[in-house]
Amino acid sequence: MKKILQGNEAIARGAWEAGVTVGCAYPGTPSSEIMSELARYPEIYTEWSTNEKVSLEVAFGASLAGGRALVAMKHVGLNVAADPLMTMAYTGVKGGLVVVVADDPGQHSSQNEQDSRHWTRFGKLPMLEPADSQECRDFTRVAFDMSERFDTPVLIRSETRVSHSDSPVETGERIESTLPKGLSRADAPKQVMVPAYARLRRVEIDRRLEKLEAYAEEEFPGNVTEFGDLSVGIIASGVSYLYAKELFPGYSFLKLGMVWPLPRKRIADFCRKVKKVIVVEELDPFLETEIRAMGIKVRHGKDLIPSIGELTPAILEGALAKAVTGKKSRAPRPRALAGDLPGRPPNLCAGCSHRPLFYALKKLGVFVFGDIGCYTLSVAPPLAAMHVSTCMGASVGGAYGAGKVLGREGLGKVCAVLGDSTFLHGGIAPLMDAVYNRGYSTTIILDNRITAMTGQQDHPGTGRTIRGEEAPMVDYAEIARAVGVRHVRHVDPYNIGETLAVLGEELERDDASVIITRNSPCILLRRARPRERFPHPHYRVQQESCRGCRACLNVACPAISWRPEPGTTAEGVKRKGTADINFEQCVGCGVCGQVCAFESIVPKES
Amino acid sequence: MSTSQATTNVFFSGVGGQGTILASNLLGQVLLRAGYDVKKAEVHGMAQRGGDVTTHFRFGARVYSPLIRQGEVDILVAFELLEGLRYIDWLRPEARIVLNNHRILPPAVSLGKMEYPPDIAGTFRKHFGENVRLVEGAAIARALGNIQVANVVLLGTLSALFTDPGPEQWLEAIRELLPARHHEINVKAFLEGRGAGGI
Repeated sequence: MKKILQGNEAIARGAWEAGVTVGCAYPGTPSSEIMSELARYPEIYTEWSTNEKVSLEVAFGASLAGGRALVAMKHVGLNVAADPLMTMAYTGVKGGLVVVVADDPGQHSSQNEQDSRHWTRFGKLPMLEPADSQECRDFTRVAFDMSERFDTPVLIRSETRVSHSDSPVETGERIESTLPKGLSRADAPKQVMVPAYARLRRVEIDRRLEKLEAYAEEEFPGNVTEFGDLSVGIIASGVSYLYAKELFPGYSFLKLGMVWPLPRKRIADFCRKVKKVIVVEELDPFLETEIRAMGIKVRHGKDLIPSIGELTPAILEGALAKAVTGKKSRAPRPRALAGDLPGRPPNLCAGCSHRPLFYALKKLGVFVFGDIGCYTLSVAPPLAAMHVSTCMGASVGGAYGAGKVLGREGLGKVCAVLGDSTFLHGGIAPLMDAVYNRGYSTTIILDNRITAMTGQQDHPGTGRTIRGEEAPMVDYAEIARAVGVRHVRHVDPYNIGETLAVLGEELERDDASVIITRNSPCILLRRARPRERFPHPHYRVQQESCRGCRACLNVACPAISWRPEPGTTAEGVKRKGTADINFEQCVGCGVCGQVCAFESIVPKES
Repeated sequence: MSTSQATTNVFFSGVGGQGTILASNLLGQVLLRAGYDVKKAEVHGMAQRGGDVTTHFRFGARVYSPLIRQGEVDILVAFELLEGLRYIDWLRPEARIVLNNHRILPPAVSLGKMEYPPDIAGTFRKHFGENVRLVEGAAIARALGNIQVANVVLLGTLSALFTDPGPEQWLEAIRELLPARHHEINVKAFLEGRGAGGI
């Protein structure tokens, strides 16, 4: 019986059916559910690794020991894991090794937009690209067989609209791998990539690609030719194929489920049979460039289809309708227009421990080198308290590097802020660098006891594994001391006065320092009982004394809103309106009460 | 375009945390059991932190694209008034609308920089007349003792737009997808929602 599965669930299902024994990931939208779903199957070892590079290295070891291994990450995660990946193309594998990389066209939840298909040509590795959940399951199963047969890691490229779309899937049973377990010392020449051995392996890579191309031509079940109206032949892969098929169902299609190596003969045959070749793809002209390089005339591709952002059926129709059907697309005329409405950007949750910390940093006027996590949302006004954010862990090196230019002038003015999981992912090495090279930067670790942004995944600082079992817990203060930081402090961010004082002292110090938040679990992390630490369940605004100064509105809490109503306080002070707290959203953190200069925000007993 | 005629497009909109995903999962289960092909798409991650969220849901004999084109929504299920209005120009002229009579202020309104659009239900009624079902989803859920079940209240109202599958199949999906300890309140929420939404 068919089941509706999310793309990520289907990838996990396919891996389970393929007999995978080890799964590793660092969470990242839109890939995170792959590993959390795989962790539900009791016969598989799964883990949240400290970062993507570690994930891939663990999986590689598992593969050499004869197990099948799956690694999953978002597109920027593969940048981190690229170093091992590029050389694993040389060594090859033993047990099937499959690397899933999930792109985020349109940057729904990412700092950049990358087209991961480029890794295949760059790394000389095969890549499959499923379009829906059924193919996610099917291709993942096939990928493990391919990996063992061709002795190579196999990449699967997903993206937001594949990973986070749901559709029916016909599933199968698990087939255990028959590969014997064990490590072989005799394989050292294949696996120790010193130049003399690596040069020999380099030759093997090209031989392997030839074999893979023959497989793409003849055997891989996901490359499908559908002849219809021969006036137009559309070449597409992944979800772009689904959009094109929906819009132009009667025409001819070559659907490529394997985007590298390309079945060049099959492409040439298809193009000979159709009058006009159109390549439909999201992001970069990857297929188009390759097909043009084969000497084939591509009538349309990126001349009409945007390379920036997410492709949608509406965008594709606007771009291609005339070229395919000869008729311009007619956008349906709506009955009513939405007009200029207030937007609803994401925000830190009510009661989030990041809010008071960034409020304090703003008050001190500090330039904040930020990082990747929920707290990046502090860039939005009215908090507007973050000034750089690029990639995981970059805050630490950035703040220290800036200090090398600013010298003593920069004391008290610059800091790095990053989350607990992000610190473990990529913050330790730069912290060591800052201390070793005598930087004075202050690094603030926001310890909310979880990887929050991606939906609450455990990490080495939470004391739990992916399955919720107890695990050793990292001590951030001990790490900081061990790399040589002499000034390590803790602050309770909900105590704004204390936070301001500690931040002030450490920022002014001409020596590297680390500040770790305590008492600050993610407000959504139920097991930490985050609301129990607040003495009152809710707060309210005393309407008679509120002066409408808007100080509390500037902490940017979703529970606080402005009530425009000119009048006077009970003491006769004129005001333009008052603040109001929605008690259904208020969790009682009390931050607004500390910010109010007129003691107008008071506990509300429910 | 010809194929999309055979496909029905349901669009869910709301605010992160309102439970749009569970509602669309239940709808998917009901329609899969009824023999349809189903595709749905949504965005997780950063978009959930109190921001606007949408789910594209499509069903028919064979569905290709997971995304709906603007102007082709057959049914809008709006979990919040402003988030409904935001997609009014995505609707077909004959679209049906399930509208939760609930306001969650966006930051620009909370800060007093913009006004919350007045009388959104009236705007929908003006353009879509009797096709609008206004539901006190939040109030019903609160009366049942848990604001979180407002999503299943709305699902109940949505179910009344379908002659087939009937209510028993919807309740079966609720029992299948939700843990047993949540059955009682969600069944109540569904039935109240199914009876609600008069025009």
